[in-house]
Amino acid sequence: MSKKLSQDIAFWTFRILGWLVVGILLWILGFIIYNGIGVINWEFISQGPRDGMLKGGIFPAILGTFCLIVGSMIIAFPLGVMSAIYTNEYVRDGKISRFIRMMTNNLGSIPSIIFGLFGMALFVRYLGWKGSILAGSFTLGLLVLPLVIRTTEEALRMVPDALRVGSYALGASKLQTIRYVILPTAFPNVITGLILSVGRVSGETAPILFTGAAYFLANLPSSIFDKFMALPYHLYVISTSGTNLDAARPIAYGTALVLITLVLIINFTASFIRKYFSKKHGAH
Amino acid sequence: MIRRFIEKSVEKIFAACGMITTITILLIIIFLFKEGFGLFNSPEVEKGYALCVNAANPIDYISSPDVKKIYNSVITNWSELTEYDEKIVLFRDDNKDIFDFYKEEELGDSFEEIEANIPKKVLELIANTPGMLAFVHEENLQKNIEGVKVLDKGMVNPNDFFFGREWIPTSTPAPQFGILPLILGTLWVSLVAILIATPLGIGVAIYLSELAQSKVRDILKPAIELLAGIPSVVYGFFGLVVLVPMVQKTLGLPVGETAFTASVILAIMALPTIITVAEDAIRSAPRSMREASLALGATHWQTIYKVVIPYAASGISAAVVLGIGRAIGETMVALMVTGNAAVIPTTLFAPVRTIPATIAAELGEAPGGGVHYQALFVLGCVLFLITLVISITAELISKRQHNKGL
Repeated sequence: MSKKLSQDIAFWTFRILGWLVVGILLWILGFIIYNGIGVINWEFISQGPRDGMLKGGIFPAILGTFCLIVGSMIIAFPLGVMSAIYTNEYVRDGKISRFIRMMTNNLGSIPSIIFGLFGMALFVRYLGWKGSILAGSFTLGLLVLPLVIRTTEEALRMVPDALRVGSYALGASKLQTIRYVILPTAFPNVITGLILSVGRVSGETAPILFTGAAYFLANLPSSIFDKFMALPYHLYVISTSGTNLDAARPIAYGTALVLITLVLIINFTASFIRKYFSKKHGAH
Repeated sequence: MIRRFIEKSVEKIFAACGMITTITILLIIIFLFKEGFGLFNSPEVEKGYALCVNAANPIDYISSPDVKKIYNSVITNWSELTEYDEKIVLFRDDNKDIFDFYKEEELGDSFEEIEANIPKKVLELIANTPGMLAFVHEENLQKNIEGVKVLDKGMVNPNDFFFGREWIPTSTPAPQFGILPLILGTLWVSLVAILIATPLGIGVAIYLSELAQSKVRDILKPAIELLAGIPSVVYGFFGLVVLVPMVQKTLGLPVGETAFTASVILAIMALPTIITVAEDAIRSAPRSMREASLALGATHWQTIYKVVIPYAASGISAAVVLGIGRAIGETMVALMVTGNAAVIPTTLFAPVRTIPATIAAELGEAPGGGVHYQALFVLGCVLFLITLVISITAELISKRQHNKGL
């Protein structure tokens, strides 16, 4: 075989593989959109399930997912950002920062079901919060912590050192430099990381299985100590358990579509913010 | 003065936050082991129950696997367990089986009277039947009953736990906690997934880093990011409604929920990780090496597979290891499309059960603090250790890549 021919074969294979990945993505998205679009209407989004989960909407699940997003971000965002500031601004390349980075990576590689077990043991049983929005939010908050830290660190690293040095030269202290120079510059990228974490939280199922997700609730939760319904858990139960799986399929497709749409919006927003601000930054 | 104080205290707060991931990992380890720790000190027999035999029987203890054999009629005579030649007579549950041995009139006249009499009658029955093995409520056993011997409660044996071939945690009176099929099931599914995902992922990584024009990259990169962003439960749902029937039909299998089905979905899920890490590794190959190779007359493809790939080998292996980690820990897909049969896998095209799926499916029903609950936490510890080993391996491998870069 000539060199040219083997190169052509190899390159065409890679090209096909590359487009295969796009094909898989389009297949999954297309399948869910095609089957789910007919189910979506105002009633589906604004009302609770009726008639043994076979009719009605998924509003409680949307609300529950929203509560989990807010709750987990209240926990993960400040902690994660401050942790990233510490490693990137205070102990930049020392042993401590290397240790923290290693631990963050390790935490990020722990499977989500382990977080579920942990949340059950610590929040639900040991601290006695029972299955609740509070327990679910804490579990998810700790789960996304590594993601928040990693994206924030990247954002901080992209701030040029010249800005730091310039700020010090003007007599600003370290804290002032962080507050008035570094954070405002890194802000768009920090927000991008935050949005990506929201995407992660909204799709996680395993950590909330035992920390308060409910199959069906007659009333909307009224406090953070109540159980909750959530989109991913709803999709799971409605597609695997129940007396009449076939009749529940439309609801499952609708739920999957809402979940996918949420993730798509989050991803597009994140990449829009990243692009918009990097252009603006480049113009300076 | 005050400003310096504020600066110092804020730094302390930041430092404390910097420790949060370490603290979380420690808490996870502490609570996982704390909840699972009691397992090997827990009686195998369900809380509140006891196994009893006739006092003439010399046996003191029957292991859980043996109890199961007795209940499945594999062992039918006491002589197989001890020096006591008597046929085994089983008595399972004191409120139902009792009517096999007594007529209703013998027990009492009214319903209440029967209820009150049952415990006494059960004990009488054991005392009068030489070959009996009875599973009874502990509260029904008054102390020192003539003719009845309560067997010692065996502890869950670590050997049976880690190498046992049966996982039947809810069977009474002899639950089986053998996690070998679950470990093998997890590895089996992940291994096949990675075998599918590796060539695909490396191919795409080469395409992205070496061949694709920037316009194509602008489509492919976001597509890969989106693939990574799709929630696992959606993958599970897609597998359930599309792949499961497809596998069942095209391969003519009795069920479509097989190890293979799960592996395909897990392979798709591991792709973004593999592609991203492998692409970075391939990109890090220095330009001078490529140009030297091209200058010697090698084609672009020869340069890629003789120079660039060997250079990026450790980075690519790190990518594969990370992909394995992703597949092993994945819960929802495994739960929804593997079929969840706890058997040691022998073929790709039969249901299996993985560790995460087992935890997810059973923890909700396991009574808190019980043997089953503890067993699931030990299972969690096993999974935790496996993923820890994987992430450390990946870190060591990618460190080698960095050193090469210097």
